[in-house]
Amino acid sequence: MVAKRIIPCLDVKEGRTVKGINFTGLQDVGDPVELGEYYSKCGADELVYLDISATKEGRGTFTRLVEKISERINIPFTVGGGISSLDDASRLLDAGADKISINSAAIANPALIDAIAGKYGNQFVVVAIDARQYPDSRWLATTHGGSRPSDKELFSWAYEAQERGAGEILFTSMDHDGTKKGYPCSTFAELSGRINIPIIASGGAGSVQDIADVLTFGKADAALAASIFHYGEITVGALKGELAKMKIDVRL
Amino acid sequence: MIAIIDYKCGNLGSVANALKRLGGEFEITSSKETIEKADRVILPGVGNAAQAMERLKDADLCNTILNLRKPVLGICVGMQIMCRHSQEGDVECLGIFDTKVKKFEPVEGLKVPHMGWNRINNLESKLLKGLKGGEYVYYIHSYYPQLCPDTIATTVHGTMFSGALKYENFYGTQFHPEKSGDIGETILKNFLEL
Repeated sequence: MVAKRIIPCLDVKEGRTVKGINFTGLQDVGDPVELGEYYSKCGADELVYLDISATKEGRGTFTRLVEKISERINIPFTVGGGISSLDDASRLLDAGADKISINSAAIANPALIDAIAGKYGNQFVVVAIDARQYPDSRWLATTHGGSRPSDKELFSWAYEAQERGAGEILFTSMDHDGTKKGYPCSTFAELSGRINIPIIASGGAGSVQDIADVLTFGKADAALAASIFHYGEITVGALKGELAKMKIDVRL
Repeated sequence: MIAIIDYKCGNLGSVANALKRLGGEFEITSSKETIEKADRVILPGVGNAAQAMERLKDADLCNTILNLRKPVLGICVGMQIMCRHSQEGDVECLGIFDTKVKKFEPVEGLKVPHMGWNRINNLESKLLKGLKGGEYVYYIHSYYPQLCPDTIATTVHGTMFSGALKYENFYGTQFHPEKSGDIGETILKNFLEL
């Protein structure tokens, strides 16, 4: 059986790793390559690097950093942030990225998923969805780091992304991100019932139990977290050890 | 020198970087002469098998590969096109490994692509020296090679399939050794010492 994955997420701005509570109030927490290498040695199953400056400020992607990461790290890594064309994706593939994650650009131009998956395969394309639950209980995707609403409903958008060629969905609840109050597990479980590509749960982990819950009740295939790792609250290895004790299949 | 075959099909950088970390001398090439004079050859590949086969034909490298008598390692789609046939694009492949490549059937609860770390078992080759069975390696694929007499490692994802294959001097892994952490490095090191 395929193991549940634990994925530290490194938000990168100006070539440095940062993590912001709800994407504001950024705080520098280190060098992306060294931090990635450290996580890899601690037992991380994959890494995600998000260029958070890219979408907001229209920056280009961070190709040179990706090259360095690929040289040093022997586990898979995904790169996201500011990818808005097939050329962006090609450049990152050439630099050594195993997968690219697209978010705002896929909402603006869903055919971008078809174009990238058509050229490089479904396994290369992660569609990230930052969604927020509205008072009428609908979950709607947002763009540009959660700052702009869209009319894409979470479940139908995730399904559309799958049909267009996404290999994986990275779902972040903007209502939970940065709060450390746990993931919306019933929403994750429902999402898992609607699509058959893997789902990465992101945004809200505050404890081992939160992560265990989203991997079991939430049926997520992987959990992505940043703060709890960056601030040393728990190491990746210790987290996986705890999950194994709870009979969750992880790679130790 | 290790020749990494460049046939315009995917992520050569990852394989090259893995060899760099192991201190292996390599050349990324599409030249027949370079491939023929190399000590070892790696055929990487991502994406679509039919397209990969097409590109290999365009590069006029099919016979060059078939005639090699030194260790050759196909990775992922590189390995798939060394099989007889792939369901992906219904394409005839090189026919080195006596098996066919099938799509994972989408049954209830089975995620496709098969993505992430899964165990290899029933290990039967020097390529996997130092492993006991049960180790995790990294997979990312929607099509798999069926079990056959050339199978040297098995993995289960809904069904049991060939995680690795061997026929004479030809080896193939459906998983990505270049992305499989320390276990993957052991496998690549074994390949360099075959």
